[in-house]
Amino acid sequence: MRNICAVFLKQINETFKNKTILIQFVLFPAFALIMENAIKLQDMPEHFFVKLFSVMFVGMAPLTCMSSILSEEKEKNTLRALLMSNVKPVQYLLGVGSYLWLMCMAGSVVFALCGQYRGKELVAFLLIMAAGILLSILVGAAIGVFSRNQMTATSITIPVMMVFSFLPMIATFNEKIVKFAKIIYSQQISMLINNINDVTIEMENVVILLANMLVAIVLFLLAFYRKGLE
Amino acid sequence: MRDAIKINNISKSFGSKTVLDDINLDVEEGEIFGLLGPSGAGKTTLIKILTGQLKGEHGTTAINGINSQQLKSTDYSSFGIMMDNFGVYERLSCFDNLKVFARIYRLDEEDIRAALSDVGLGSAGKTAAGNLSKGMKNRLRLARVFMINPSVLFLDEPTSGLDPATSEDIQQLILAEKKKGKTIFLTTHNMAEAEKLCDHVALLHKGKIVEYGSPQEVCRRYNHQKKLLIHLTDGTDKEIPTDTHSDETVYELMKNNLVETIHSSEPNLETVFLELTGEELAR
Repeated sequence: MRNICAVFLKQINETFKNKTILIQFVLFPAFALIMENAIKLQDMPEHFFVKLFSVMFVGMAPLTCMSSILSEEKEKNTLRALLMSNVKPVQYLLGVGSYLWLMCMAGSVVFALCGQYRGKELVAFLLIMAAGILLSILVGAAIGVFSRNQMTATSITIPVMMVFSFLPMIATFNEKIVKFAKIIYSQQISMLINNINDVTIEMENVVILLANMLVAIVLFLLAFYRKGLE
Repeated sequence: MRDAIKINNISKSFGSKTVLDDINLDVEEGEIFGLLGPSGAGKTTLIKILTGQLKGEHGTTAINGINSQQLKSTDYSSFGIMMDNFGVYERLSCFDNLKVFARIYRLDEEDIRAALSDVGLGSAGKTAAGNLSKGMKNRLRLARVFMINPSVLFLDEPTSGLDPATSEDIQQLILAEKKKGKTIFLTTHNMAEAEKLCDHVALLHKGKIVEYGSPQEVCRRYNHQKKLLIHLTDGTDKEIPTDTHSDETVYELMKNNLVETIHSSEPNLETVFLELTGEELAR
């Protein structure tokens, strides 16, 4: 627990000094806050920008941050110094993962406030976001572990992130895309958030989310056993 | 004295290239041991095997009696490793860099301040590590290792690429750690540094230990000329063989106040290395 805390607090300490990470946490909640208040169009769905940007946030921020932090530590050999100092790989991953999860959940609270969710809606929104963020962290960890350096991580992260964050957005404008987009977790998150007023979690949602989770875990384990944290 | 580090029949290859070939070494507790060789000789590979970062193909290594391949994460608190490629958190201050490791080893802020002060970074505690010079970063890496007060220190090229003044400072820090009773396993390609710091050295060439002993012993073994070089007060030099009559000659010269300096013809470690390997040392 001590080692996890050490990694967690190190990340907290770095947050305001690492602009590329900080911007990921702030960008979409800030967009939602501004656009939700600035743009009011007739026939626009309720809290359209909150729903749009929260899904993009889930697909982008945890994923890119996790792969970026991991690959940077690998490239600069700070991770090796930690691992040679009593920190086990799982402790490091839990330290960084819990930090990202909490930071992204803080962003989710901003979305929830923007969307003026209360009571059941608020709980449902935060739970859906929590699940999506966790999945994105796992995908980001798999990319970070697999990549030797930041350059490789970026080149893998960008297309993956674009699929997870932009596909649900495109799907809102094109019904045909929904048919195949629904197999990815961010589309499921999008569908659940778009029905947040009357959210009913169906078996299909659960199965797809669990299947995505399973795939992410398998990818992470494959990357970890192949590359380790070296 | 018991052996702090034991290396038995260690071999390691990368593909078809043999990096280490049947290495055997013992390092006594409380000594500074220098593993010398040009860049790419296999020095870092041996440290990695010793500290469990790599697996040797044959043989065993042990630190304080614990097999390197069976090291638990808790064992890492009994030895400090400073590899030349270990990074620092560039966005964090020197103090915060050490704080990460202080939390891991349950040390308090006073230990961090003491470690920074010991390596001469007392006034740079708030400076971001990314703004430090290479020498100062090396000091920070050393502070990270010294702070945990390990019994065995592995220092991989601690003065590589530094100016002479900074190198001298770091050498003094290493000697100060030795005085505290630490065992220090040092790799370097700087032969003058090894002569100055090490109790024993091993010369590594093409994966094999080609010479072992104290720096003085090694140099004496290669004193083929066996001559004294005397620089006289009139500016001339006189070479005399170190045979049974040399003491009389030296006595005569000294009696007449003609001697300015006397040097033995012993080679230095660098000359020995060049003789053994025929290679120019990488600088």
